Amino acid sequence: MRKRKLQDYSYTLILLGLLILLIAMMAVSSPYFLSWKNCRNILNQSAIYLVLSMGMTFVIAAGQIDLSAGAVIGFSGMCMGLSYQAGFPAIAAIIIGLFSAAFIGLINGLIISYGKINSFIVTLATMTILRGVILILTNSKSIFGFGPVFSFIGSGNIGPVNLPIIISLVIAVISAVILHQTRFGNYCLFIGSNEIALNRSGVNVKKYKVMIFTLCSFCAGVAGLIVTARLNSAEPLAGQGYEMDAIAATILGGTSMRGGKGSIIGTVIACFLLNILKNGLTLLAISSHYQEILTGVILLVSVLISEYKEREKSEV
Amino acid sequence: MSSKKVPFLRIKNIHKNFGHIQALQGVSMEAYRGEVLAIVGDNGAGKSTLIKILSGVLTPDTGTIQIENDIYRSLTPRKAIDAGISTVYQDLALGNTMDVKSNLFLGSEMTRRGFLQKKRMDEEARKLIGSLEINIPDVTVPVGSLSGGQRQGVAVARLVHNGGRLLIFDEPTAAMGLNESSAVLKLIKRLAAEGFAVIVISHNLPQVFHISDRICVMRQGKAVKEFMTCDTTMDIVVSLITGVTTQ
Repeated sequence: MRKRKLQDYSYTLILLGLLILLIAMMAVSSPYFLSWKNCRNILNQSAIYLVLSMGMTFVIAAGQIDLSAGAVIGFSGMCMGLSYQAGFPAIAAIIIGLFSAAFIGLINGLIISYGKINSFIVTLATMTILRGVILILTNSKSIFGFGPVFSFIGSGNIGPVNLPIIISLVIAVISAVILHQTRFGNYCLFIGSNEIALNRSGVNVKKYKVMIFTLCSFCAGVAGLIVTARLNSAEPLAGQGYEMDAIAATILGGTSMRGGKGSIIGTVIACFLLNILKNGLTLLAISSHYQEILTGVILLVSVLISEYKEREKSEV
Repeated sequence: MSSKKVPFLRIKNIHKNFGHIQALQGVSMEAYRGEVLAIVGDNGAGKSTLIKILSGVLTPDTGTIQIENDIYRSLTPRKAIDAGISTVYQDLALGNTMDVKSNLFLGSEMTRRGFLQKKRMDEEARKLIGSLEINIPDVTVPVGSLSGGQRQGVAVARLVHNGGRLLIFDEPTAAMGLNESSAVLKLIKRLAAEGFAVIVISHNLPQVFHISDRICVMRQGKAVKEFMTCDTTMDIVVSLITGVTTQ
């Protein structure tokens, strides 16, 4: 049994090895890489993607996908901004923003579960609709001037660590516990593994699907909060394309695209891998367009690796 | 060995038509606890339709289903399960990426305030599997990596755990090699020995003769003849299945 367990973790260990290798390579190629300022930068930027990827891990583990996650970042930021402008205190604005995000997830989940429509189509539609709604409601303009609470969240620190990192790590730990230690997490994985069997056992699969999408969008809402707080403004185009990074991190991290298997720690490592790579490219003054190409390539490669592993197993 | 006096299941005069097709034309049958009843017949004999009616997926046009002291005109999947009728489906019942305990306790997980009691479930799973004499050395592997016989074992263990009393196997050894088949057949015999009522639908007559206590031959929607297995031979059964003889 010990041998098998080591085999299971081998992929995660390889990822971790790659991460360490990457850090070493970056440190060698650029003197700024290991500077405290740069590290904080990396950690803060990673925090946004990390939080988003946590929610995405649950969705993909359940064999679904959420393409609207990036748009929800912009949407929740906008809701926080509009509420704050309307005079709500910061905390209330934040709660409104988070609720709005969760609400989108609820809608996604309801349509997917009860409408019995593919999650790809539904979330693609939601994403498009949200982007339009954001542009209309903000008049294509940013919302500025968030107060001290937001500044604290964006750049404040507890000890040497910035708040975004703390938030993201807390969410990562909670996600790991939920996915691997609770009935909810177990059903999440089972929906990806064999939804029909779960249904036949009398479990209300529809209810759980709704919960999963709500959770994912809630995470996007938290990511939106961090984005807004760091920029001190709610940008209409915030989060655009972020869902692809979240998907890339999730799949690279070892969560199977077919569902039924999920790894929070894998997603965390993969997320850092991707962000350090991006940061490194920026330091080396390589255009951000190349970064996009890289994300796409990594996504493709992760999917290929993931499928290869699945096929190997089924051929045994 | 079997309480012959009171059948666990008694179906009387079941008719089922699909448009012009008379799938079942007045089928009556009994299943007893502690006994393996094999239902044999060629394709189109009505075996699948009968099983679907018993598991509540279809409703009969006429006839009754009696389970112990309760008489039903029709069943729903929920009613059938509550009455103790469990059908063993091989492919649709298991999550291949999930381990034995997740599959065994599907829908009835042991939790403490929402948190899974994983160690306890592993232990219980080992015990249940062991009590059915199913050989699964490692219950923590994904069931997709288990053999067909072991997977059947997990599916059966779940049904037993959930209170199944009549277990229906539909072609349990189809697409299985000899070793695996013998494990499944052993399991089926053991279930009967434990007091379950077992119905096996099978095309595999040698296996049928190996494990069943009674054989019911169906042909063209009718239950043509019933034997104690020891009172008949394969040749007789084959000729009844094909219609060469009708008695």
